[in-house]
Amino acid sequence: MVTETTIEPGALRKARAVSIDEPVSTDGTDITLAGLDALDTVTEPGRPFAARVWSATWPKLGAVAIFLLLWQIVVWSDWKPSYVLPGPSEVLPELAHQIMTGDFWSALVRTMQRAFVGYALAVLIGTVVGLAVSRFVLLRTAVGSFVTALQTMPSIVWFPLAILLFKLTESAILFVVVLGAAPSIANGVISGIDYVPPLLTKVGQTMGAHGLKLYRLVVAPAALPSVVAGLKQGWAFAWRSLMAGELLVIVPGHPSIGSDLENSRQFLEATGVIASMMTIFIIGVLVDAAFNVADRRMRARRGLLPEQAR
Amino acid sequence: MTAVVDASAVRIDGVSRTFGSGSHRVQALDNVSFDARPGQFVCLLGASGCGKSTLLGILAGIDRPSSGMVDVGGRRVGLMFQDSALLPWLTAGGNVALPMKIRGVPKADRQARVAELLAMVRLAGLADKRPHELSGGMRQRVSLARTFAQEADVLCMDEPFGALDAMTRDLLHDELERIWRETGVTVLFVTHDVREAVRLGDRIVLLSSRPGRVAEIFDVGLERPRRIDSPDVAVLAATITARLREEVGRHGH
Repeated sequence: MVTETTIEPGALRKARAVSIDEPVSTDGTDITLAGLDALDTVTEPGRPFAARVWSATWPKLGAVAIFLLLWQIVVWSDWKPSYVLPGPSEVLPELAHQIMTGDFWSALVRTMQRAFVGYALAVLIGTVVGLAVSRFVLLRTAVGSFVTALQTMPSIVWFPLAILLFKLTESAILFVVVLGAAPSIANGVISGIDYVPPLLTKVGQTMGAHGLKLYRLVVAPAALPSVVAGLKQGWAFAWRSLMAGELLVIVPGHPSIGSDLENSRQFLEATGVIASMMTIFIIGVLVDAAFNVADRRMRARRGLLPEQAR
Repeated sequence: MTAVVDASAVRIDGVSRTFGSGSHRVQALDNVSFDARPGQFVCLLGASGCGKSTLLGILAGIDRPSSGMVDVGGRRVGLMFQDSALLPWLTAGGNVALPMKIRGVPKADRQARVAELLAMVRLAGLADKRPHELSGGMRQRVSLARTFAQEADVLCMDEPFGALDAMTRDLLHDELERIWRETGVTVLFVTHDVREAVRLGDRIVLLSSRPGRVAEIFDVGLERPRRIDSPDVAVLAATITARLREEVGRHGH
């Protein structure tokens, strides 16, 4: 039952008289405030872990199933003879067989080693270049646009020069992987710092943070989302450059995923070719998933996920 | 002589500030002078373009006057913004701890002080909440606690409650008044809300706009605690509003 109160003009006068004559009290502020706080506090609706995993997994499984089906339909249509385009029923067992061999794993380890070393170097160089360009106006005017131009250059065009410089060695591959990935990472750092809200920098300064301290405690964390985006893109470029490199620069006695792929092609083993391609794709998916987990965690902490909107 | 120096916590003497040069020259502040005694609550009241944020920036040491001088007698000045300006990647506690981290206070001491300051703004136990999980009023209280973590003797507040709803603002006036009395800090509180200025201030510095000049200074003799809806506050607010309108009206031609 709702109580209705009609306020008469007389009552208003009376209320005014009360507030003039009686000492004003702010007792109860804490109680009202506590009530308001309780009403304002959001409880983020959570879902059980299993449900979250399932809802993230089934669409992917569905996509894989549809892909395999389409592939099988093309094979059934006899568009190409099966020794050129084998179906999933031949390739999947081949992939399963490869995984059981030591050769596969030593090739995988070499490829991943090249990827991580190249990527780590690119992160280091990209970060230093990015910080320098964002800090010094002259440097930005001089080379800022070249960084982006470098990023759009297909990494494969570096290989002729890399092979002349380093011959068919690990260094040739490393050179191109670093050149492929560093510009994206530098750009992530530059735009991250450019987009730090000036208010946050001001907050840091009024608290007495300057120079390196300001960068470490305020600028770097504020720039992190864009830096992570740059790191993710840098990885994609590093991986592409590496695969191009492993196909073109076959270092004798150093088998890798890319050289396995090239070997299979030379021996006209279409199953081997597709199996290697699947390995490359799966690694791409796994690394992307790792980046996404990191990205999601960062956004959740900052309240930037769509379900956190209020 | 020393008695004169001690009489004010903040002395602003003939401060002018110009930005740009030539035909793009903009004068934000023109010969602004006033002072605040230790523990006094001074409200800076003005319409847009009165240079109040510029003035606070100068007081907080992130900007310098073009001429004139500001004397805070070596006191530490803390600045609080309209937007709570909490760092979104830190928890409420992490934000309050930040000024101490910058000063190099050991971690154990930081934690104790954070708990103390959050309790002061009645947010005890919410140290682990993220800014996005808090309401606007709670965020401003975290921001207030963070400003106190600078161990400031002079608290500059730039329209801190401007973006809050009326009820929350009322409650935070009570809270700010309580904390001000408990801590004895000197407060310089910028607002464009006349009633808010009368509700809170011991003295009100009315600024005119473009350039910012001191138009008039009012000493508020009303007894505390005051209420924003009490008749005395309304009467004084009406007088000051009339004066403010007069100042603003001069820009309409």
